[in-house]
Amino acid sequence: MFSEFLQYLFTGITIGATYALIALGFTLIYNASHVINFAQGEFLMVGGMATVSLTAMGVPMLLAVVLAVILAGVLGIALQRLAIAPAKNADVVTLIIITIGASIFIRGLAQLVWGKEYHVMANFSSDEPIQVFGAVLNTQSLWVLGVGAILVAVLVYFFTRTLTGKAILATSMNKDAARLVGIRTQVVLMLAFMVSALLGSIAGIVVAPITFTSYDIGIILGLKGFVAAAIGGLGSGMGAVVGGLALGVVEAMAAGYLSSDYKDAVAFSMILLVLFFLPRGLFGAKVVERV
Amino acid sequence: MFKTITRCASKFVAIAAVSLLAMNVHAADPIRIGSFLSVTGPASFLGDPELKTLQMYVEKINEKGGVLGRQLELVHYDDAGNASKARNFASRLIRSDRVDIIVGGSTTGATMAAVPMVEQARIPFISLAGAVVITTPVKEWVFKTPQSDYMAAVRILNDMKTQGLSKVGLISGTGGFGSSGREQTLKAVKEIGGIEVVGDETYSGSDTDMTAQLTNLRNVKGVDTILNFGFGQGPAIVTRNYDQLGIELPFYQSHGVASDGFLELAGDSAEGLRLPASPLLVPESLPESDPQKPVVEAYKSEYEERWDAKVSTFGAYAYDGLMLAVAAIEKAGTTDKAAVREALESIQGHVGVTGTFNMSADDHNGLKADSFRILEVRDGSWKLIN
Repeated sequence: MFSEFLQYLFTGITIGATYALIALGFTLIYNASHVINFAQGEFLMVGGMATVSLTAMGVPMLLAVVLAVILAGVLGIALQRLAIAPAKNADVVTLIIITIGASIFIRGLAQLVWGKEYHVMANFSSDEPIQVFGAVLNTQSLWVLGVGAILVAVLVYFFTRTLTGKAILATSMNKDAARLVGIRTQVVLMLAFMVSALLGSIAGIVVAPITFTSYDIGIILGLKGFVAAAIGGLGSGMGAVVGGLALGVVEAMAAGYLSSDYKDAVAFSMILLVLFFLPRGLFGAKVVERV
Repeated sequence: MFKTITRCASKFVAIAAVSLLAMNVHAADPIRIGSFLSVTGPASFLGDPELKTLQMYVEKINEKGGVLGRQLELVHYDDAGNASKARNFASRLIRSDRVDIIVGGSTTGATMAAVPMVEQARIPFISLAGAVVITTPVKEWVFKTPQSDYMAAVRILNDMKTQGLSKVGLISGTGGFGSSGREQTLKAVKEIGGIEVVGDETYSGSDTDMTAQLTNLRNVKGVDTILNFGFGQGPAIVTRNYDQLGIELPFYQSHGVASDGFLELAGDSAEGLRLPASPLLVPESLPESDPQKPVVEAYKSEYEERWDAKVSTFGAYAYDGLMLAVAAIEKAGTTDKAAVREALESIQGHVGVTGTFNMSADDHNGLKADSFRILEVRDGSWKLIN
């Protein structure tokens, strides 16, 4: 009985950690520009696919990971420079639609370059799962959780202690005021896209051994990440983490105790409930309209 | 007088010329084989090898002098996995290309969209898609080459019974293939008897972890084997989770994952699982006495030599479809549609790659469940069990 519960919990936390990492990427760009970047899932895909294809070409794992993350970072910058920046005076909805277009473009490109097959990536460490009170835990889950925790800590440090991080926050609060105090807001935006791409690609790499990877893996994971971000309250880093974990655990519990048929329905009704009672999400900022 | 003679003569010459021309045209008039396949799009893994197979064997047959002394001409369209496109192309094949027979329809959706046109135009149609609905109930002009998922379920359940297993934990994908497989398994269980489904779980195609469902199945009282009916990467994840959870029960999968790509994805965790599959996966382990051995080996080597790509069971459906069409036309001695249909329906003992076809008026597929071979994964490759 307890081992069952523990099993569902492990499953939920692992998936949840993935959702949380994706949600963090959404949050980052949303904070800097109020744009919801629907190409976030694509960064995840690029990270996983590039690592797989580089290792297949004989590049050592660690180098492949670094190169894949750099590639995603460059892609993030390119997305901002080539697609978002030229439309700088457009309103937010237009920019969001641009990101959807960009995600379709990146997916199409990936399909041409890497083909349509699913690919495997080996576990980072042992394939032997760990036994905990009768439940089993994949060692890769520990990697996902560990890497996730480190990234969250780094992000918190970045936003509260570094000048660049503060510049991003300032830009999100008031673009004009930020520019007046000497922040180059276009550079800040570019930075936000790059960091969020790095984040996405790292998430894509650590989960690839669990989920496999293919050119279209970003669609559903990106969507779930967005749900997690919305539950947590868009723009809140803490909310993204809590939202992601909650979504993952609820999904796994629903599959275990209710019915696997309704698993996704439960997850998506959760967002309805949360937004119904807390329109700004669990940790959403209170917005005060100045008259 | 002279005028009439010249008129008569010119008339005669004209008629002679026209009839000569007609005869010439008739002798060179090719047999037109129509096809609509999902060569691109999400089902391209079906349509691509199917088209390659059709092109290659139409060429080969033509080199050998064609059928009934006439060359074959392949008219093909790409429906991109879209049922409404398939319907349009079927109509084009019938109305403007005026083909003699249609061999095609990579997916069940595309096939079923074309069926009404085919029935109305009264033209023989050999489908390359798997679902039971295509030939049950029997449609006068519609035939198909792949076995149905019902037969796969029967084959699996029978193998379980010979292993002394009787309580099945069923897990299936919610996609078209998985949900149809689930229904057919439940139906087959009722018909076979002596075996029951004690657990019933599902997963969606985009799920990345199925440990919750597998934990539930393992905890069902008395369960002694687990069957997964699914398609795509889902079954590979199920296989991995199965291994991680350390479940010791005998594990069965469906023919949906009978490919080398699946072995690559699932890796070591696939060790020991069983599934029904086409003999095409294990041509070298077939016994010499097996009538299918030469056919399977020839198709595999010819395809791989010509296209420099691994042979797939889907291409084999097209091979069987084309060969059945050719056999029926030869047997009928004409391309008259009704005669070809009659001949198709009476084909007996036609040895193909997928199995040995015995068509009849109430069986337009002609294969039995035992045309599936039970394979087991041993040391990372397929091993023929029976």
